[in-house]
Amino acid sequence: MTARPTVSLPDRAPEPAATAPATGVTPKIDVQALSFYYGAKRALDGIALRIQPHIVTAFIGPSGCGKSTFLRTLNRMNDVIPDIRVEGKVLLDGEDIYGTGVNVVQLRRRVGMVFQKSNPFPKSIFENVAYGLRINRLTRSRSELAGRVEESLRQAALWDEVKDRLQESALALSGGQQQRLCIARALAVKPDVLLMDEPASALDPIATQRIEELIYDLKRAYTIVIVTHNMQQAARVSDQTAFFWLGRLIEYDRTDRIFTAPAEKLTEDYVTGRFG
Amino acid sequence: MRLDGRQLLSNLFVLACGLSILVALVPLVMILFFVIREGAQALNLAFFTQMPKPVGEAGGGMLNAFVGTLMLTGLAALMAVPIGILAGIYVSEYKGTTLATAVRFAADTLNGVPSIVIGIFVYGIAVLPFRQFSALAGGIALGIMMIPIIARTTEELLLLVPSAMREGALALGATRARAVFSVIVPSVLPGIMTAVLLALARVAGETAPLLFTAFNNRFFSTDPGQPIASVTVQVFTYAISPYADWHRQAWAGALVLVAFVFVCSLAARVVTARVQRRRGGVA
Amino acid sequence: MHGDRWFRLGIGAVGVLLVALVAAIGVELVRESWLSIRAFGLGFWTSRDWDPVSGEFGALPFIWGTLYSSVLALLLATPVALGIAIFISELSPRWLREPLTFVTELLAAIPSIVYGLWGIFVLVPLVRQLEVHTPDWLRALPLFSGPPLGVGMLAAGLVLAVMIVPFTSAVAREVLKTVPAAQREGAYALGATRFEAIRAALFFARTGIIGAVMLGFGRALGETMAVTMVIGNNPQVSLSLFAPQYTMAAVIANEFTEATGDLYLHALIEIGLVLFIVTLIVNLASRLLIWSMNRPPARRRVRAAPAEAAA
Repeated sequence: MTARPTVSLPDRAPEPAATAPATGVTPKIDVQALSFYYGAKRALDGIALRIQPHIVTAFIGPSGCGKSTFLRTLNRMNDVIPDIRVEGKVLLDGEDIYGTGVNVVQLRRRVGMVFQKSNPFPKSIFENVAYGLRINRLTRSRSELAGRVEESLRQAALWDEVKDRLQESALALSGGQQQRLCIARALAVKPDVLLMDEPASALDPIATQRIEELIYDLKRAYTIVIVTHNMQQAARVSDQTAFFWLGRLIEYDRTDRIFTAPAEKLTEDYVTGRFG
Repeated sequence: MRLDGRQLLSNLFVLACGLSILVALVPLVMILFFVIREGAQALNLAFFTQMPKPVGEAGGGMLNAFVGTLMLTGLAALMAVPIGILAGIYVSEYKGTTLATAVRFAADTLNGVPSIVIGIFVYGIAVLPFRQFSALAGGIALGIMMIPIIARTTEELLLLVPSAMREGALALGATRARAVFSVIVPSVLPGIMTAVLLALARVAGETAPLLFTAFNNRFFSTDPGQPIASVTVQVFTYAISPYADWHRQAWAGALVLVAFVFVCSLAARVVTARVQRRRGGVA
Repeated sequence: MHGDRWFRLGIGAVGVLLVALVAAIGVELVRESWLSIRAFGLGFWTSRDWDPVSGEFGALPFIWGTLYSSVLALLLATPVALGIAIFISELSPRWLREPLTFVTELLAAIPSIVYGLWGIFVLVPLVRQLEVHTPDWLRALPLFSGPPLGVGMLAAGLVLAVMIVPFTSAVAREVLKTVPAAQREGAYALGATRFEAIRAALFFARTGIIGAVMLGFGRALGETMAVTMVIGNNPQVSLSLFAPQYTMAAVIANEFTEATGDLYLHALIEIGLVLFIVTLIVNLASRLLIWSMNRPPARRRVRAAPAEAAA
């Protein structure tokens, strides 16, 4: 490890070399000098990193550090908030999603999202999963629709539990089942990337474990980005980890290195529990 | 291609919603325009200070009607403010008890009763027994209409008062009654006053309940036991008459009513905004 | 505490007074319409004869007129009211929200006599022009038959519609406020357009929205002054929008003080009694709907296979 000056906060973003892992694969998402403002308040400052396909990338950091805000910039979910400003670029497969003429609706099909608290629609289990397929007109027949719904529910490891009661209300499911339903709903439109904002924070340990197993299974087919405040979870589940603090990206590296031999003191302080 | 169709539909929808705002604005603008144009013509000092002239003669004013409306709303407020506030206090202080739920339900029901039915009720209890229309009966009818508005607002405001305030008073040795009347209610007084103002504005514009309680009076009167004129009933009488001069006076009366309602609404907003600002945005 | 007991009793008495008041209204209405109830029974509601001279009273024309005008108003007002509610709560830029809300409040606060005045002198002539220029082939339909008087069901429906728009939209707006943001965001995250996300929110709020519409309906049923000034006050049952007709509230307002004889008065009051009961039911049902929307849905434990814990 190269000697670093003893300042507690790096005064600029890490070197570009640190943002591209050594695999040499073209990144799925390439974030370049991203700054984000709520009105006059800057929430993200010059973020630059590259997310690789078919792995799990975790964003960690103390509350208020901007990790959720950053996650939401990746599918332009922040657009629903008034008075925001975005500087910089976010390239999805080489194209800037904040460019002019970008179809946000289509973007959100390619980059799906699962929320912290499960938010099933007040409809049946079947209709919840079918929703994205219906509005995006992705299937041509009832049987095709039913097939896609079953496929998504299987992928979310929920099929066996609900296959006999697809017409029942989604709200009758337990918290963990509802979250898996929301995952199935997001998977149904076959996104390239799945963003997960603290997906298990509202669940009990056993339900959490199931979600984590699911994430591990899903990364073969999808690129997953997960925000978590639970460091053990990040260590268990992710391949790459990015540590944020006060709106800046402090360190981004392979998960095992972040947690065993971080380069920045701030990172080390955080993962060893000295603050946050 | 398919996506463009959906986007088009979405844009059309947004347009339709915006259009509905315009559609609603049309009658509002029309009404205000006509009321102002027609009413301003007949509006002069005489309108406020003179009595109506005999049928057929031009000129005259609505002095008796203005005084009448003032008296009716005054009587209504006298009755409704204490009852409404106390009922609202009960519902918020003893929230969850059967009586509180019943009172809330009664207030909501009363709010939905058509004003003419209230007029019939008051006719039965205050006019028939005395074989006499009276200002008092009109005041009672309007008062009954004001009670649910005041009670509901009082209850909602009181529920927003942080329990820390009540506990602070109790910890200093105040009885519940003391805590409520000396600390809690005063803290929401501006809101209650606003509600009273809005309720007054609402009943000042009512006609139906007065038709067979206060009835009408061609002469000047401030006797609560006698029938009394009111701006609304007078406007109605003039409007359905065949005389052009009376029609003009009807518009003038309508202008006064609308202006009064406008001022009250604005005042209520200003007071609410100021209270919120003083509190730092949270009640 | 002793003092607290008096406090509770004292204020409780006021509460009881309020409940008693509502009951008293019902009781008084029945008492004062007894002669008519006894004389005509249920036939009161199916008879068309409203003939004070001969002492025959049948209230069917008034029920018809009330329902017709209110349903017409509902059909005209609901889309506009919902459009306004959606625009203000979901689509409008922040700075526009306050002024727009103020404008709808203003519409709601205008006294009904002023609506009536505007109705007689401005709306009715306009409607008459509309009726005069209706093409003959349309006139042949029962819906548009009759001389072009201006006053009539169409004018009444229009005035009522304008009056209930602000009311319905205010309640609908309150209902939409309670829809959690997560519902809309969930739709957006799946690639929904603006319209589709709002549709998801509306679906979530559907019982509340129906409740709001019903409240508007209840309001239209009881409206008196504006209607009586433009509806023509003719106790006939007619399908035509152009025909002058009569509503329950209007006949009470017009004929109450002229009623000769107790039977006449009691007949009018019986109409008032029914108006009371009908608006009571409509308001009750709509409040129930709105209230039920906010209750958390029943969470039954879905039985998982025994080997798996509930997850």
